[in-house]
Amino acid sequence: MILDFGIVFGRVAFVMMFILNLGGLLTWVERKQSAIMQDRIGANRASIRIPFTRIQLRVLGLFHPLADAIKMLTKEDFLPARADRLLFQLAPFVSVFFGLAAFASIPFGDTLRVGDRVIPLQAITLNVGVLYVFAMLSLGVYGVMMAGWSSANNYALLGGQRAAALMITAEIAIGASIMGVVMWYGSLDLQDIARAQGGLLFGWIPKWGIVTQPLAFILFLTAGIAATKRIPFDMPEGESEIIGYFVEYSGMKFGMFAMADFLETVVVAGLTTSLFLGGWQVPYLYDTGFRFPWGSSVGLPHLLVALLQVGAFSFKVVVMIFIMMLIRWTLPRFRYDQAMRLGWLGLFPLSILNIVLTGAVLLAWGSRP
Amino acid sequence: MKTGQRFYLREVLAGLVLTGHHFFANMGKHIAHALGRKGARGAVTIQYPEERRPYSPRLRSLHRLVRREDGSPRCVACMMCETVCPARCIYIVADEHPNPEIEKMPSRFDIDLGKCVFCGFCVEACPEDAIRMDTGILEFSSYSRLGMIYTKEMLLALEPAGPDGVPRSPVPIPADRTV
Repeated sequence: MILDFGIVFGRVAFVMMFILNLGGLLTWVERKQSAIMQDRIGANRASIRIPFTRIQLRVLGLFHPLADAIKMLTKEDFLPARADRLLFQLAPFVSVFFGLAAFASIPFGDTLRVGDRVIPLQAITLNVGVLYVFAMLSLGVYGVMMAGWSSANNYALLGGQRAAALMITAEIAIGASIMGVVMWYGSLDLQDIARAQGGLLFGWIPKWGIVTQPLAFILFLTAGIAATKRIPFDMPEGESEIIGYFVEYSGMKFGMFAMADFLETVVVAGLTTSLFLGGWQVPYLYDTGFRFPWGSSVGLPHLLVALLQVGAFSFKVVVMIFIMMLIRWTLPRFRYDQAMRLGWLGLFPLSILNIVLTGAVLLAWGSRP
Repeated sequence: MKTGQRFYLREVLAGLVLTGHHFFANMGKHIAHALGRKGARGAVTIQYPEERRPYSPRLRSLHRLVRREDGSPRCVACMMCETVCPARCIYIVADEHPNPEIEKMPSRFDIDLGKCVFCGFCVEACPEDAIRMDTGILEFSSYSRLGMIYTKEMLLALEPAGPDGVPRSPVPIPADRTV
């Protein structure tokens, strides 16, 4: 009983640690990656001096997230005079909470067998995992709208409305583009979808979602980036020009909104990985070891296979985050009407087209290939 | 706009290839640098307080008053610089020079660097080549307006910059820093 509880706690703790640390590290990744892309060095000044010595540790600027956190925690926590006190204080927590909770049903590995126990490697096992992630991502917009409304500031309210409009646009496109994947793999359970992607197409291509649903992958990635409210689609906040929904926030509450964006980046990367990049699948790696299509095989112990799978999932998530950062530091911002047009006249009809095409292929094939 | 551009995808991919190429090329150079190839530079950054870019010899930096052999200022207090100064930041009080060959010398020569616009007219106007702007010092600051006023003694103590443009005298620190 206590062991069962411990196992559940461990699963949840792993996911929490994974996403929180990755989310915190993303501020550093963002600074450094953008710097290297732009022939710069990036923030490298924050340092810790080892006590009683003159040695300054800089470690590639890895202390900057720490310095940021200290700065934000010690800043004034400003409350506008006419703000709605409860909602104003609650909004950043709502944003961060749903960002964190969304990752719960994403599997980071297959099952782990210890003795006669079978531990599923995901925080919660849900047979409607896809719907759960969408529900959490969609609820995240409430934090933004609450922030915009409760600030008693017209600019914040407009920013919140822009955010809500963008989120609805993105969610519809995400939901419609994912239907192709759900039809193809025949399940709403992310673990089932990840397992089904272990099969081989024509005997040698891994049956990952990016191979079977290339159009859906592009649509989902675009809409997913829109859902994170980051730069090609950052008209809700518009760091440099337009005033966003968190204009009245300061200190760590402001930091939490930035944090929520990073968490959503991790969630979208994780979701893309489990839906389109085979989740925790390593090509040709099965429960007992590698079985290559040319006939040779390498046997591996179960624990090593599980470790490889978890490592593969983490690696794919990191690669997806890299790509999303690359997009964020490459493209300029869409104008509000351009983003709406892209969402409603581009992504949404194409997703519907994808559903029709997938249905037609499935019907013509008779069964799933 | 062409139809292909309206579709975004190709242009986005071209942009990603460009920035991605920058990323990986620079990353490779950074790694080569860390592994010992000091010639490889992945960034164009000059890390300012430690590294400095060489200044042009024509740069107009902090003023200095040129000294005679005996250490007295070469300035004869003709007020040309004070007259020509568009910012009116120079204040001179003339005095007799002990040497009868020389008519006058400044007893006070203050430059308010908080007002100075670094136009270099004072250097142009000076008939005695007594004021120059070649110290190479750019980093002077103060907590107060009074601290930005540099006196004759401070300006006389300054040396011209070396041939590489590096300042050879320290930045004068005003005595009344806290005023």
